[in-house]
Amino acid sequence: MAPKSSNSVSPTAASNALDSLWRSYVDTTPSRLKLIDAFLVFIMLSGAIQFVYCVLVTNFPFNAFLAGFSSSVGQFVLTASLRSQVNPQNREQFKEVSPERAFADFALGSIVLHFFVFNFLG
Amino acid sequence: MPDAIPLPRVAPETVANTTSLLRIIALSLISGAAIASRLFAVINFESIIHEFDPWFNYRATRVLAAKGFYEFWNWFDPTAWYPLGRVVGGTIYPGLMATSGVIYNILHGLNLPVDIRNVCVLLAPGFSALTAWATYMFTKELKDASAGLIAASFIGIAPGYISRSVAGSYDNEAIAIFLLMFTFFTWIKALKLGSAFFGTIAAVFYFYMVAAWGGYVFITNMIPLHALVLLLMGRYTNRLYVAYSSWYAVGTLSSMQVPFVGFQPVRTSEHMAALGVFGLLQLVAFSDLVRSHVGSKQFRTLLRVALVASGILGGAVIVLLTLKGWIAPWTGRFYSLWDTEYAKKYIPIIASVSEHQPTAWPSFFMDLHVLITIFPAGVILCFKELRDEHVFVIIYAVMASYFAGVMVRLMLTLTPVVCVAAAIATSTLFDTYLDVHEPEDPSAENSVPVVTVSGESHVGGTNVTVTTPAPAPTPSKKAKKAQAQAAAPASSIASTIAEATGTAGVTTRQDRGVFGLGSRLVVVALWVYMLLFFVVHSTWVTSNAYSSPSVVLSSRNPDGSQHIIDDFREAYYWLRQNTPEDAVVMSWWDYGYQIAGMADRPTMVDNNTWNNTHIATVGKAMASSEEVAYPILRKHDVSYVLVIFGSLIGYSGDDINKFLWMIRIAQGIWPDEVSEPSFFTPRGEYKVDEQASPAMKNSVMYKTSYYRFAELYGGNQPQDRVRNQNLPMKGPTLDYLEEAFTSENWIVRIYAVKGDDELGRDLKVANSFNEGKKRKRGRPLVRRRAVAAV
Repeated sequence: MAPKSSNSVSPTAASNALDSLWRSYVDTTPSRLKLIDAFLVFIMLSGAIQFVYCVLVTNFPFNAFLAGFSSSVGQFVLTASLRSQVNPQNREQFKEVSPERAFADFALGSIVLHFFVFNFLG
Repeated sequence: MPDAIPLPRVAPETVANTTSLLRIIALSLISGAAIASRLFAVINFESIIHEFDPWFNYRATRVLAAKGFYEFWNWFDPTAWYPLGRVVGGTIYPGLMATSGVIYNILHGLNLPVDIRNVCVLLAPGFSALTAWATYMFTKELKDASAGLIAASFIGIAPGYISRSVAGSYDNEAIAIFLLMFTFFTWIKALKLGSAFFGTIAAVFYFYMVAAWGGYVFITNMIPLHALVLLLMGRYTNRLYVAYSSWYAVGTLSSMQVPFVGFQPVRTSEHMAALGVFGLLQLVAFSDLVRSHVGSKQFRTLLRVALVASGILGGAVIVLLTLKGWIAPWTGRFYSLWDTEYAKKYIPIIASVSEHQPTAWPSFFMDLHVLITIFPAGVILCFKELRDEHVFVIIYAVMASYFAGVMVRLMLTLTPVVCVAAAIATSTLFDTYLDVHEPEDPSAENSVPVVTVSGESHVGGTNVTVTTPAPAPTPSKKAKKAQAQAAAPASSIASTIAEATGTAGVTTRQDRGVFGLGSRLVVVALWVYMLLFFVVHSTWVTSNAYSSPSVVLSSRNPDGSQHIIDDFREAYYWLRQNTPEDAVVMSWWDYGYQIAGMADRPTMVDNNTWNNTHIATVGKAMASSEEVAYPILRKHDVSYVLVIFGSLIGYSGDDINKFLWMIRIAQGIWPDEVSEPSFFTPRGEYKVDEQASPAMKNSVMYKTSYYRFAELYGGNQPQDRVRNQNLPMKGPTLDYLEEAFTSENWIVRIYAVKGDDELGRDLKVANSFNEGKKRKRGRPLVRRRAVAAV
């Protein structure tokens, strides 16, 4: 398609798409996954605040910033991994990982991560 | 369906039990062979640390064993890099020392009081057994357990790996290759299962690898490259997301705990690929999630908006970081892998190491023998199957081949993948030619001689219905196997074995295959012959080329008995026993670790080449005349100058042969005072004989090497056996140095730096005054004699 027409259409189309995305998300997602998503949003906010603080104020104890920020990032991706592992839609991709096993993996990963975080805080 | 060989009837459980027993026996035999083939040096010579770098590792491990971990971690070594000192805790990879420290403490806890030296000497053979096991596990993920066993036996004795892991070679690579293979195994496992558990294990072993070897950067770039290629092939799955994210998040944070690595994972270009792929995976995973919620047309608009936004954002971030200078460019050591001329032009100290030269063809064959020829076949077989883990092996093969071609020492990282690929090829060959099933051939059914060959009394071709639910690694294999079983209901013992070992070697195609026993026997026998020859070759190479401690030189007497030249230790122990403890020894950096380890004296420079200027100072002192060098020596409190001199017995690795690198390194800092061309003859030759250039003849290195050498020949023409040149009849004289010690075969020569003259004169003036007086006293004699003659 021509780029011109797509440019003119995109704002409304995008907002429509976003709207339907949100509705589809609210309707189809199980409540357990919504809980995980709430946690993910919280972690993201916490990471964003740390990053903004680092950029605006100081990065002086750089290891402390890295420890805090990578604890956010690491916990985020571990939780996102848990989310995709327990998501019923992905059942056929994770044949060997039951939801219980996924949670145990998540717990182990988080413990190891936070061991290194606290070691690195200094 | 007929079989080529009659087979006995055995219950499936018996087969499964026997195969697992055989597997255990095979693995323990492989471990035994891997350990035993590394002991040539210990048996032929003695249990001693080899080479140069291991001496430092050994010294550090001794500190760890004697004083404990905290002392080791905060160890400041004032005797290395003499005026500067070295913060050891922050400038080493402590994994090797920590490993042997742990083994040492466990053994002592068990009341086995083993000396720390023996732990250090035998660490590498021990870990080579573990490497064989890790390679077995890795290859098992790619094909099956039988291929894994073949790969384990290859890497157990492959000379390319033995060269850096013989007993006494206490270097980082000793444990690093095990960690490399195990990290790769856990990564493949994490990717296959989509398990965060294996991702975390991979991260923990990655951390261990970072703590052990600088080559961890290879893993840091291999895994992201694999993930990126999978993304580009359209093979994104949530399993990839889980595996990569858990590995990267935990692994990167953990790698920053090693003080020597520090903030590098977020600040240098070597680590940016991993970060970039991590970000990309987050985007892809998010868009994948969005796609599951909206229709495809809406998704396309969303994707476009998101891509434009993230592209602008990502570009801005990278530009900002580069402008602020936050991300450091490639370091010279890694950059020289891409631009192979770089090191020679700008960093002579990297180019001066012999291991950093490009690899020649014969060394590929010498290190890998027949494996290098079937390595491409294994890679092609990976292409044929091309599951996610095969993509990994292909990338690994390509990258490691390139690096091994650029640098000799990186042959070490190539060896594992060569063993794995060669094992896949070998195992496929055996699967094909050891499969006893005869394919149906309607045209030639009557002409195939089947049972007549064998004189066994067993009933051949009997039907044994197989119902063993063998554990299948992948669904695709399971399906294949079910197909195979459906196609061949009359399966015999061979397919039971194949089931138990996880082989899916049963061909379902009926139109082609191997007919008759002869064709099978010929191919298998040929290949077994090649493999036996590989064993012979490996043993020969190991015993002849890689098992000589460089500390002790050996030669053969005419009657075949061994003659050991032990000049190094003779000289180092002279230093240890006959000099004050704080006497600084200046030598070229190659011998720094050995002097610190064996002579226990402070050195000016050593093998950890972190300060190029300091090394150039030593180079300048060696390359300039005595008058220039003397103030340098005095300023650095040098008491002894040590040079290695091989002209008497033809030891080619001596300092005159390394002299050009000293000149080049010094020239890089002081181009006005030291210049390389002035050390050549007018015709551009590097000579030490009569025609040697004046700069050469006046240099400290030349003078200290050849001092009093001519006297050995008692008036005959002295000859340099390394450079095959005739030396001048009158040797050099020394004014500012005096000979303190020369070892039995003149390999190590130690000179004391003279103190100030008592009368405050320049030492040269004082010397010529002394000599002049003698000459004055002699001259009248001559005159008198002349008078008398007249």
